[in-house]
Amino acid sequence: MWQYTDTVHDHFLNPRNVGVIEDADAVGEVGSLACGDALKLYLKIDNGRIVDARFQTFGCASAIASSSALTELIKGKTVDEALKVTNKEIADYLGGLPKEKMHCSVMGQEALEAAIRNWKGEDVVVQEAGEIICKCFGVTDNTVRRAIWENGLKSLEDIIDYTKAGGACGQCHDKLQALLAETLARMQVKEVDPGGKPTGKAFEEIRPARPKLTNLKRMQLIMQVLENEIRPELQRSGGDVDLVDVDGNKVYVELHGQNQGDAARRQTLTGVIERTLREKVENNIHVFEVSQ
Amino acid sequence: MKYIYLDNNATTQVAPEVLEAMLPYLTEEYGNPSSMYALAGKSERAVARAREQVAELLGAEPDEIIFTSCGTESDNTAFYSALETQPGREHLITTRVEHAAVLNSARNYEQKGLPVTWLGVDEFGRLNLDEVEQALSADTALLSVMYANNETGTIFPVPQIAALAAERGVQMLTDAVQAVGKVPINLKELPVTYLAMSGHKLHAPKGVGVLYVRRGTRFCPFVKGGHQERGRRAGTENVPYIVGLGKACELAMNRFHEEDRVAGLRDRLEKGILELVPEAVVNGDVENRLPGTTNISFKHIEGEAILLLLDRVGIMASSGSACTSGSLEPSHVLRAMGVPYTYAHGSIRLSLSRYNTEDDVDYVLRELPPIIKRLRGISPFS
Repeated sequence: MWQYTDTVHDHFLNPRNVGVIEDADAVGEVGSLACGDALKLYLKIDNGRIVDARFQTFGCASAIASSSALTELIKGKTVDEALKVTNKEIADYLGGLPKEKMHCSVMGQEALEAAIRNWKGEDVVVQEAGEIICKCFGVTDNTVRRAIWENGLKSLEDIIDYTKAGGACGQCHDKLQALLAETLARMQVKEVDPGGKPTGKAFEEIRPARPKLTNLKRMQLIMQVLENEIRPELQRSGGDVDLVDVDGNKVYVELHGQNQGDAARRQTLTGVIERTLREKVENNIHVFEVSQ
Repeated sequence: MKYIYLDNNATTQVAPEVLEAMLPYLTEEYGNPSSMYALAGKSERAVARAREQVAELLGAEPDEIIFTSCGTESDNTAFYSALETQPGREHLITTRVEHAAVLNSARNYEQKGLPVTWLGVDEFGRLNLDEVEQALSADTALLSVMYANNETGTIFPVPQIAALAAERGVQMLTDAVQAVGKVPINLKELPVTYLAMSGHKLHAPKGVGVLYVRRGTRFCPFVKGGHQERGRRAGTENVPYIVGLGKACELAMNRFHEEDRVAGLRDRLEKGILELVPEAVVNGDVENRLPGTTNISFKHIEGEAILLLLDRVGIMASSGSACTSGSLEPSHVLRAMGVPYTYAHGSIRLSLSRYNTEDDVDYVLRELPPIIKRLRGISPFS
């Protein structure tokens, strides 16, 4: 018998926001009958803000409760805010899920991303691009890498609980073990910079092949590279940078600190920030300074 | 709230008569049967009496009955002993729809390098006798086929299969945990070598089982230690539970006629559900089935959700869905039968006992259909 929290029971027995939005602005669909759970998410988006969210779910109590929690979490949020909702937040909202049921919360996050891709007119790919590792549940290597990275997974069992990969025939267990070892090794790389500080590696950097970026991915990547690489570098020379906005391939930043001279500012903007972003994110990125 | 227990293939309530028979051995009659005084003698006689009661239900001799801790231990012991005592034979044969106790015993030996033949089943969960016959060889150490399937209730033609094995001198185990007490079994006419049974499936408590070993079979104990059970199963006898199991066998013997009533209840329940709920199908071989079991799949919904909503109205059942098992795949039995995923995830098993009533059936027929309708209302597929 699963030990569900009272909140899970409540959201299963009295799910919020069940149903269809006939004139939805975005629809996201993940899972399948074969997988044993599936979620169809409908969003009404007004001026970049999610004004209504509804769902239909095929699945167990925790899948239904996770869907209900997801809709509650994202209603009223802007699309950008909603995209920051992680599977962990969905689980936390429910007071936690049994470990074996964490994949239900991952399904919620994936449905949201699928819906927003749909709204942005991008390819509604149900699975993240990559090579299919688990044939039974159609899980790709990138989905597994991401789950390992975002949830700090440590074992094959963790991967099965969070992604379902390897949960059926077991033929991919060797591949999953290898993927786990590889990802953990990449995450633990302590590249020591000249100042002696280890630099954390973001998930997007450890993924080997980079697919064509969606707006969402580009934005996330820019933020990660800025945070993990550029800022520490500037801070070492007494400067700093804040991200102000991202519009397509245009990145707007605010510079702080000792970069007073025009030449020095240009050097920081193009020589450091733009160059790093082009190297790590996409090679057509332009960086502009926004004055205070 | 009303409570309707329909999960008797998982476990059963202890019969009041069984509890009554056990109580003295949990209180004043606490002697160790191996000791040398009157108190011990009483325990020893109680165990002997229980052995007779079990033997009578099975059509066996008392010295063919070994008390164990559970059905799983009995299954494990049969595999172990068959391999230990027949050094030239390494081949094992079993079905894809066995209980985990047999499934994982066979898998364990397979991983150690022993050849295992896995017999498949058809869409109704039936074995092909020709396949069984073809699999038997001079190298076969053990053929293991369950008497009745725990999930669907399908009864296998164990008498015919045992005859095939006996003709070729191959030892056979039947895991009869679900069948004993529900269908007549007479080991005088059923030429199996081993039979496994469990107390808690027939109104005795959990923690006691039996392994039947046919006279003349070479035997090697799985649990090693003292001389108990004539050196075939070490460990101080669980006297009160053995007494309870004996009593439960006696009750089953006297109440076989009630199984027809149980089958009648099951049939009315099943027919009612199929009439009231669209897109529902019965899994298994309805012609050859345990009297109290029905396994029904509801398209487009998931079993765990059904169970939790049933529990809210006091109805206890089980499911072959992935989510209830802790694994991610639906029941291995339904998959072996080729039940489509659209149905397999939404399967529930209702298993009745002689304690169920017509009122129980009426109650389920009233409460179940709206639950199915409610979940289908949430599902994106219906």
